[in-house]
Amino acid sequence: MKPTTIKLTVTLFLGLAVAAVSTGALAASAEQIMERSQRAFHYAGNDAMGKLTMELIDRDGGKRVRVLNMLRRNEGAGKEQKYFMYFQKPGDVRRLTFMVWKYPGREDDRWIYIPAVDLIRRIAAEDKYSSFVGSDFSYEDVSGRDVAEDTHVLLGEARIGGRDTFVIKSIPREAAAFTKRISWIDKKNFLPLKEEYYDAQNELQRVFTADRIENIAAGEGATRRLYPTIMKRTMRNVKTGHRTEVTVNSVAYNQGLKDADFSERRMRRPPRAWIR
Amino acid sequence: MNRPSEWKMRTSALRLAVLFSLAFSATAFAQKPGDEWGVDVNGFALGIYSARTTGNQPPGPEGRALLLAEERVRLDVTGWTDAVDADVRIKLDGVHDAVTNNFNLDLREAYIDYTKGNADFRLGRQIVTWGVGDLLFINDVFPKNWVSFFSGRPLEYLKTGVDGFKARYSSSPLNAEIIIIPRFEPDTMMTPKRFFMYDDYGSVTNRDKDLPSTTLGNTEIGLRLYRKYGGFDLSAYAYRGRWRTPGERADNPNNATKVTSIYPPLSVFGMSAQGSAFGGVLSLEGGYYDSRDDRGGKDLAVANSQTRFLVGYQTQLWRDFTIGGQYYTEIMSAFDSYKRSLPSGFAAKKKYRNIVTLRLTRFLGHQTWKLALFALYSPAESDYLLQPKITYKFSDNTSATLGGNIFGGKKRTTFFGQFDRDDNAYINLRYDF
Repeated sequence: MKPTTIKLTVTLFLGLAVAAVSTGALAASAEQIMERSQRAFHYAGNDAMGKLTMELIDRDGGKRVRVLNMLRRNEGAGKEQKYFMYFQKPGDVRRLTFMVWKYPGREDDRWIYIPAVDLIRRIAAEDKYSSFVGSDFSYEDVSGRDVAEDTHVLLGEARIGGRDTFVIKSIPREAAAFTKRISWIDKKNFLPLKEEYYDAQNELQRVFTADRIENIAAGEGATRRLYPTIMKRTMRNVKTGHRTEVTVNSVAYNQGLKDADFSERRMRRPPRAWIR
Repeated sequence: MNRPSEWKMRTSALRLAVLFSLAFSATAFAQKPGDEWGVDVNGFALGIYSARTTGNQPPGPEGRALLLAEERVRLDVTGWTDAVDADVRIKLDGVHDAVTNNFNLDLREAYIDYTKGNADFRLGRQIVTWGVGDLLFINDVFPKNWVSFFSGRPLEYLKTGVDGFKARYSSSPLNAEIIIIPRFEPDTMMTPKRFFMYDDYGSVTNRDKDLPSTTLGNTEIGLRLYRKYGGFDLSAYAYRGRWRTPGERADNPNNATKVTSIYPPLSVFGMSAQGSAFGGVLSLEGGYYDSRDDRGGKDLAVANSQTRFLVGYQTQLWRDFTIGGQYYTEIMSAFDSYKRSLPSGFAAKKKYRNIVTLRLTRFLGHQTWKLALFALYSPAESDYLLQPKITYKFSDNTSATLGGNIFGGKKRTTFFGQFDRDDNAYINLRYDF
């Protein structure tokens, strides 16, 4: 397809979208939809603080469980973020902490704290390819892939579980862990309800589903806001039969986390309120 | 080289009692109705069995095919309350040594943490790690247990706690950490009981150890200043204390009848930097070892002053596979006087000692398998150590590790070369609770 044809198709689909939706997302191009989706999924609020249970389930139903506290802070209005993770389970990684300073367009800074020897060191990891603690999610899936790294095309619309969605195809500009991704983005809250990842053989490899979404309130009175949040999600590797289910046990937005909270000091001794 | 076990047990028990009563009285005073508090208990059971694979056995009752055979039960207890920003923590191992059939207690850590504003304090027995080297140490002047490292205990047992007080001040322009250690803790070195090893005074059986007494003058002080700058983690270090690796003082170097292990005064000044570069992590570290009692380098029993430097790089080659390499060098400051003071028949060190390392780590099967290799090779001394290791996690709680320590070299007088007949294979079985 020549660029002009793509443009034409996009415009055509957009026209349909505008016609179909009366509110919201009026002038959205595929890329804008993906930007909004990333904002809704990975940038909700100024900061967030929560506890997750991650279940790694193999083909035969064998289960391994990771429980972690996760904190995130958006650095200003841009795309920079800081992440902090504290592991409660399993026992051999208890008290281990991770810190990530995420930069769009370049390699993130990443540290690990090994409590047994009181050591903080940087770790080299390509977040595109690294599995997050052995799960079916990569680091990139956890903290969000840079929208500009892919080209996006609006394929159309579809209804999933009673919700209207945009269907978007994304092709990585450079080599990535997938060759093609199809996303179903909720038209109202812009959260991804489903994603399909295709591998180098152009075969379906992994499927992401948002299994439960809740509106989480933050603030009071005039500042009160609702953040639609994926409370349960699954990433299933259809080729191996292995899957990972992530359940959000608790989450709170706009907790007033400070820049200094994402520091070596907190990695060594996180405040008790963070790790309940 | 260990202190007598009864002594260790007594001081451990005493320290535990003091810590517990201190912590509990403090929290009891601060406790208000409605404040939450708790005691968390975790731990693990660990079996470590390491067998020499060379068929040789050192003389003596402990010189068996088994280099190490022990069962450990770790209790990790943390007490906390919402009333004050403080915790008390105790990590204690009950150890059964199956080679000597002794029971012992190994107090890994026991401390009280307290936080006030930007300052964090830790009082008690604690493990401290400084520097950016991967198992090569320049500014990490804290005690190490080389027996653990060379005979198959998990990596955390390479480090030994110090009894001291640490204060840390955190702020964005500069962070500072000071540590004060009143009681000297030496490195735990290999002994001829369980290891074939080289000793200049090998034939001398009359041995003694001269540990520095716990006095104000012998109190060790370490200072670390650190901050982030230009995408790098920068640290500057200063330490005033003692060599933890002993020097050997003979009553008469040319015809020794008695040899005493001594721990001469040492100061270390150094810096380190670590940051992202060239698609990986780059580490740089340097330090000057000022051997205060023998700056001229004439005393054979006291190590020469040294300059140490290392550069390391680590990157991920592909999914779940990382590779790391390091180059390390140490340079003797007064090599000529060392050479002159060396009696004939003694193994001469080189002015420059260097080491290159390679680390490969591969995860498989959703990280249930971990394959690792750590290799050290010294071009200057033509000796090496290989540490291959495979870990499998049966479940979240249960794992097994198979590994080896393979030593070798052109000469049996060099650091790794001397252990040529101590090659060993080991297994670790671990259950977390």
